[in-house]
Amino acid sequence: MSLKVSIPTPLRRYTDGAGLIEVSGESVALALESLTEQFPPLKQHLYNEEGRLRSFVNVYVNDDDIRYLQKTETAVKPGDIISIVPSIAGGQ
Amino acid sequence: MLVIREAEYEVLRRHGEETYPFECCGVLVGRFTGGDRHVEDVVRCGNTRADRPQDRYHIDPKELIGVQRLAAGKGLDIVGFYHSHPDHPARWSQTDLAEAHWLGCSYVITAVTEGVAQDTNAFVLMGETEDNKRLENEVIRVSSRVEDRTVCR
Repeated sequence: MSLKVSIPTPLRRYTDGAGLIEVSGESVALALESLTEQFPPLKQHLYNEEGRLRSFVNVYVNDDDIRYLQKTETAVKPGDIISIVPSIAGGQ
Repeated sequence: MLVIREAEYEVLRRHGEETYPFECCGVLVGRFTGGDRHVEDVVRCGNTRADRPQDRYHIDPKELIGVQRLAAGKGLDIVGFYHSHPDHPARWSQTDLAEAHWLGCSYVITAVTEGVAQDTNAFVLMGETEDNKRLENEVIRVSSRVEDRTVCR
Protein backbone atom coordinates (compact mmCIF):
# COMPACT_ATOMS: atom_id res chain seq x y z
CA MET A 1 0.00 0.00 0.00
CA SER A 2 1.20 3.46 -0.82
CA LEU A 3 0.60 6.95 0.49
CA LYS A 4 -1.50 9.02 -1.91
CA VAL A 5 -2.68 12.57 -2.34
CA SER A 6 -6.12 13.28 -3.75
CA ILE A 7 -6.00 16.25 -6.14
CA PRO A 8 -9.11 18.43 -6.56
CA THR A 9 -10.48 19.16 -10.03
CA PRO A 10 -8.93 22.64 -10.49
CA LEU A 11 -5.41 21.47 -9.69
CA ARG A 12 -5.41 18.45 -12.00
CA ARG A 13 -4.27 20.64 -14.86
CA TYR A 14 -0.91 20.60 -13.04
CA THR A 15 -0.83 16.83 -12.51
CA ASP A 16 -1.38 15.78 -16.11
CA GLY A 17 -5.02 15.16 -15.25
CA ALA A 18 -4.33 12.66 -12.47
CA GLY A 19 -6.64 12.75 -9.46
CA LEU A 20 -4.56 10.53 -7.20
CA ILE A 21 -0.80 10.88 -6.87
CA GLU A 22 1.54 8.50 -5.08
CA VAL A 23 3.93 10.29 -2.73
CA SER A 24 6.49 9.52 -0.03
CA GLY A 25 7.08 11.01 3.41
CA GLU A 26 6.32 10.44 7.07
CA SER A 27 4.43 13.68 7.61
CA VAL A 28 1.93 15.80 5.68
CA ALA A 29 4.65 18.40 5.07
CA LEU A 30 7.02 15.82 3.58
CA ALA A 31 4.25 14.19 1.54
CA LEU A 32 3.25 17.55 0.05
CA GLU A 33 6.91 18.29 -0.63
CA SER A 34 7.11 15.00 -2.49
CA LEU A 35 4.02 16.06 -4.44
CA THR A 36 5.35 19.48 -5.43
CA GLU A 37 8.72 17.98 -6.40
CA GLN A 38 6.85 15.81 -8.90
CA PHE A 39 4.66 18.71 -10.05
CA PRO A 40 6.45 22.02 -9.28
CA PRO A 41 3.68 24.33 -10.66
CA LEU A 42 1.40 23.06 -7.89
CA LYS A 43 3.48 24.82 -5.27
CA GLN A 44 2.20 28.35 -5.90
CA HIS A 45 -1.39 27.11 -5.66
CA LEU A 46 -0.87 25.41 -2.30
CA TYR A 47 1.49 27.82 -0.53
CA ASN A 48 1.61 31.58 -0.08
CA GLU A 49 4.72 33.76 -0.38
CA GLU A 50 5.69 32.93 3.21
CA GLY A 51 5.66 29.25 2.41
CA ARG A 52 2.54 28.54 4.46
CA LEU A 53 -0.47 26.63 3.17
CA ARG A 54 -2.94 29.11 1.70
CA SER A 55 -5.81 29.83 4.07
CA PHE A 56 -8.46 28.40 1.75
CA VAL A 57 -6.60 25.13 1.22
CA ASN A 58 -7.97 22.47 3.54
CA VAL A 59 -5.89 19.34 4.02
CA TYR A 60 -7.35 16.13 5.38
CA VAL A 61 -5.67 12.87 6.27
CA ASN A 62 -8.32 10.28 5.54
CA ASP A 63 -11.33 11.89 7.32
CA ASP A 64 -9.45 14.21 9.65
CA ASP A 65 -8.68 17.90 9.21
CA ILE A 66 -4.96 18.43 9.94
CA ARG A 67 -5.81 21.73 11.68
CA TYR A 68 -7.16 19.60 14.53
CA LEU A 69 -4.23 17.21 14.46
CA GLN A 70 -0.60 18.35 14.30
CA LYS A 71 -1.16 20.54 11.22
CA THR A 72 1.49 19.86 8.55
CA GLU A 73 3.53 17.85 11.08
CA THR A 74 0.72 15.28 11.24
CA ALA A 75 2.17 11.80 10.75
CA VAL A 76 1.12 9.76 7.73
CA LYS A 77 1.73 6.17 6.71
CA PRO A 78 1.31 3.96 3.66
CA GLY A 79 -2.38 3.41 2.96
CA ASP A 80 -3.38 6.91 4.06
CA ILE A 81 -4.99 9.31 1.64
CA ILE A 82 -4.22 13.00 1.97
CA SER A 83 -7.01 15.13 0.45
CA ILE A 84 -6.46 18.68 -0.75
CA VAL A 85 -9.80 20.50 -0.64
CA PRO A 86 -10.06 24.18 -1.59
CA SER A 87 -12.88 25.75 0.40
CA ILE A 88 -16.37 26.31 -1.01
CA ALA A 89 -18.01 29.43 0.35
CA GLY A 90 -19.55 32.73 -0.61
CA GLY A 91 -22.78 34.64 -0.34
CA GLN A 92 -24.62 37.71 -1.50
CA MET B 1 -21.49 26.10 -21.28
CA LEU B 2 -23.15 24.25 -18.43
CA VAL B 3 -25.32 21.36 -19.59
CA ILE B 4 -27.84 20.01 -17.10
CA ARG B 5 -30.99 17.90 -17.34
CA GLU B 6 -34.25 19.54 -16.36
CA ALA B 7 -34.76 17.22 -13.36
CA GLU B 8 -31.35 18.10 -11.87
CA TYR B 9 -31.85 21.77 -12.69
CA GLU B 10 -35.10 21.71 -10.73
CA VAL B 11 -33.41 19.98 -7.79
CA LEU B 12 -31.01 22.87 -7.25
CA ARG B 13 -33.76 25.47 -7.70
CA ARG B 14 -36.13 23.71 -5.29
CA HIS B 15 -33.30 23.44 -2.75
CA GLY B 16 -33.14 27.24 -2.60
CA GLU B 17 -36.88 27.41 -1.98
CA GLU B 18 -36.70 24.83 0.79
CA THR B 19 -33.97 26.61 2.72
CA TYR B 20 -35.45 30.10 2.21
CA PRO B 21 -34.84 32.60 3.84
CA PHE B 22 -31.43 30.99 4.20
CA GLU B 23 -28.90 30.18 1.50
CA CYS B 24 -28.70 26.65 0.20
CA CYS B 25 -25.58 25.10 -1.33
CA GLY B 26 -24.46 21.98 -3.10
CA VAL B 27 -22.16 20.34 -5.59
CA LEU B 28 -22.50 19.64 -9.32
CA VAL B 29 -20.99 16.31 -10.30
CA GLY B 30 -20.37 15.36 -13.90
CA ARG B 31 -17.88 15.54 -16.74
CA PHE B 32 -15.70 18.12 -18.41
CA THR B 33 -16.28 17.77 -22.14
CA GLY B 34 -14.31 20.14 -24.32
CA GLY B 35 -14.88 23.52 -22.73
CA ASP B 36 -18.25 22.51 -21.28
CA ARG B 37 -19.36 21.12 -17.97
CA HIS B 38 -21.98 18.37 -18.15
CA VAL B 39 -23.88 17.77 -14.90
CA GLU B 40 -24.90 14.22 -14.08
CA ASP B 41 -25.79 14.60 -10.40
CA VAL B 42 -26.75 17.47 -8.12
CA VAL B 43 -25.64 16.79 -4.55
CA ARG B 44 -27.32 18.87 -1.85
CA CYS B 45 -25.03 19.92 0.99
CA GLY B 46 -25.53 21.58 4.33
CA ASN B 47 -24.73 25.24 4.90
CA THR B 48 -22.35 25.44 7.86
CA ARG B 49 -22.63 29.25 8.19
CA ALA B 50 -24.98 29.11 11.15
CA ASP B 51 -23.89 32.62 12.16
CA ARG B 52 -25.43 34.30 9.08
CA PRO B 53 -27.08 31.71 6.80
CA GLN B 54 -29.31 34.39 5.25
CA ASP B 55 -26.42 35.79 3.19
CA ARG B 56 -23.46 33.41 3.48
CA TYR B 57 -22.78 29.76 2.71
CA HIS B 58 -19.96 27.34 3.35
CA ILE B 59 -19.72 23.64 2.61
CA ASP B 60 -17.97 21.42 5.14
CA PRO B 61 -14.77 20.17 3.41
CA LYS B 62 -15.43 16.74 4.89
CA GLU B 63 -18.76 16.62 3.10
CA LEU B 64 -16.94 17.65 -0.07
CA ILE B 65 -14.45 14.80 0.32
CA GLY B 66 -17.40 12.41 0.55
CA VAL B 67 -18.89 13.85 -2.65
CA GLN B 68 -15.51 13.60 -4.37
CA ARG B 69 -15.21 9.93 -3.43
CA LEU B 70 -18.70 9.14 -4.67
CA ALA B 71 -18.03 10.98 -7.91
CA ALA B 72 -14.71 9.22 -8.48
CA GLY B 73 -16.44 5.87 -7.88
CA LYS B 74 -18.71 6.64 -10.82
CA GLY B 75 -15.89 7.94 -12.99
CA LEU B 76 -17.15 11.52 -12.54
CA ASP B 77 -15.65 14.80 -11.30
CA ILE B 78 -16.80 17.80 -9.34
CA VAL B 79 -17.61 20.28 -12.11
CA GLY B 80 -19.22 23.05 -10.10
CA PHE B 81 -21.24 24.30 -7.16
CA TYR B 82 -24.53 26.05 -6.57
CA HIS B 83 -26.07 28.29 -3.95
CA SER B 84 -29.05 30.61 -3.55
CA HIS B 85 -29.43 34.32 -2.94
CA PRO B 86 -32.54 34.85 -0.80
CA ASP B 87 -34.27 38.11 -1.80
CA HIS B 88 -31.23 39.11 -3.83
CA PRO B 89 -30.39 38.96 -7.58
CA ALA B 90 -28.80 35.90 -9.16
CA ARG B 91 -25.50 37.60 -9.79
CA TRP B 92 -22.17 36.96 -8.16
CA SER B 93 -21.02 39.18 -5.32
CA GLN B 94 -17.52 40.25 -4.31
CA THR B 95 -17.80 37.67 -1.53
CA ASP B 96 -18.59 34.98 -4.10
CA LEU B 97 -15.51 35.90 -6.13
CA ALA B 98 -13.19 36.21 -3.15
CA GLU B 99 -14.29 32.81 -1.83
CA ALA B 100 -14.20 31.03 -5.21
CA HIS B 101 -11.11 28.86 -5.61
CA TRP B 102 -12.12 26.05 -7.97
CA LEU B 103 -10.72 27.39 -11.25
CA GLY B 104 -12.48 25.97 -14.29
CA CYS B 105 -15.61 25.06 -12.34
CA SER B 106 -19.13 26.49 -12.58
CA TYR B 107 -20.76 28.55 -9.87
CA VAL B 108 -24.56 28.56 -10.18
CA ILE B 109 -26.70 31.09 -8.33
CA THR B 110 -30.49 31.08 -7.95
CA ALA B 111 -32.36 34.15 -6.77
CA VAL B 112 -35.18 33.23 -4.40
CA THR B 113 -37.79 35.90 -3.73
CA GLU B 114 -40.29 35.37 -0.93
CA GLY B 115 -39.64 31.65 -1.09
CA VAL B 116 -40.01 31.25 -4.86
CA ALA B 117 -37.05 30.55 -7.17
CA GLN B 118 -36.58 33.25 -9.79
CA ASP B 119 -33.58 33.55 -12.12
CA THR B 120 -30.81 30.97 -12.14
CA ASN B 121 -27.49 32.09 -13.60
CA ALA B 122 -24.17 30.32 -14.04
CA PHE B 123 -20.65 31.70 -13.95
CA VAL B 124 -17.40 29.93 -14.63
CA LEU B 125 -14.29 30.72 -12.60
CA MET B 126 -11.63 31.60 -15.15
CA GLY B 127 -7.96 32.47 -14.77
CA GLU B 128 -4.79 30.69 -13.75
CA THR B 129 -4.14 31.98 -10.25
CA GLU B 130 -5.81 33.68 -7.29
CA ASP B 131 -4.46 36.99 -8.61
CA ASN B 132 -6.15 36.90 -12.00
CA LYS B 133 -9.24 34.78 -11.32
CA ARG B 134 -12.59 36.09 -12.51
CA LEU B 135 -16.18 34.90 -12.80
CA GLU B 136 -17.52 34.96 -16.36
CA ASN B 137 -21.11 34.51 -17.52
CA GLU B 138 -21.85 30.96 -18.60
CA VAL B 139 -24.78 29.76 -20.71
CA ILE B 140 -26.93 27.10 -19.05
CA ARG B 141 -28.38 24.52 -21.41
CA VAL B 142 -31.25 22.70 -19.75
CA SER B 143 -32.16 19.50 -21.53
CA SER B 144 -35.32 17.48 -21.18
CA ARG B 145 -34.63 13.77 -21.25
CA VAL B 146 -38.20 12.90 -22.28
CA GLU B 147 -38.52 15.28 -25.19
CA ASP B 148 -34.80 15.32 -26.01
CA ARG B 149 -34.93 19.05 -26.45
CA THR B 150 -32.73 21.76 -25.13
CA VAL B 151 -33.46 25.24 -23.96
CA CYS B 152 -30.74 27.80 -23.49
CA ARG B 153 -31.20 30.17 -20.56
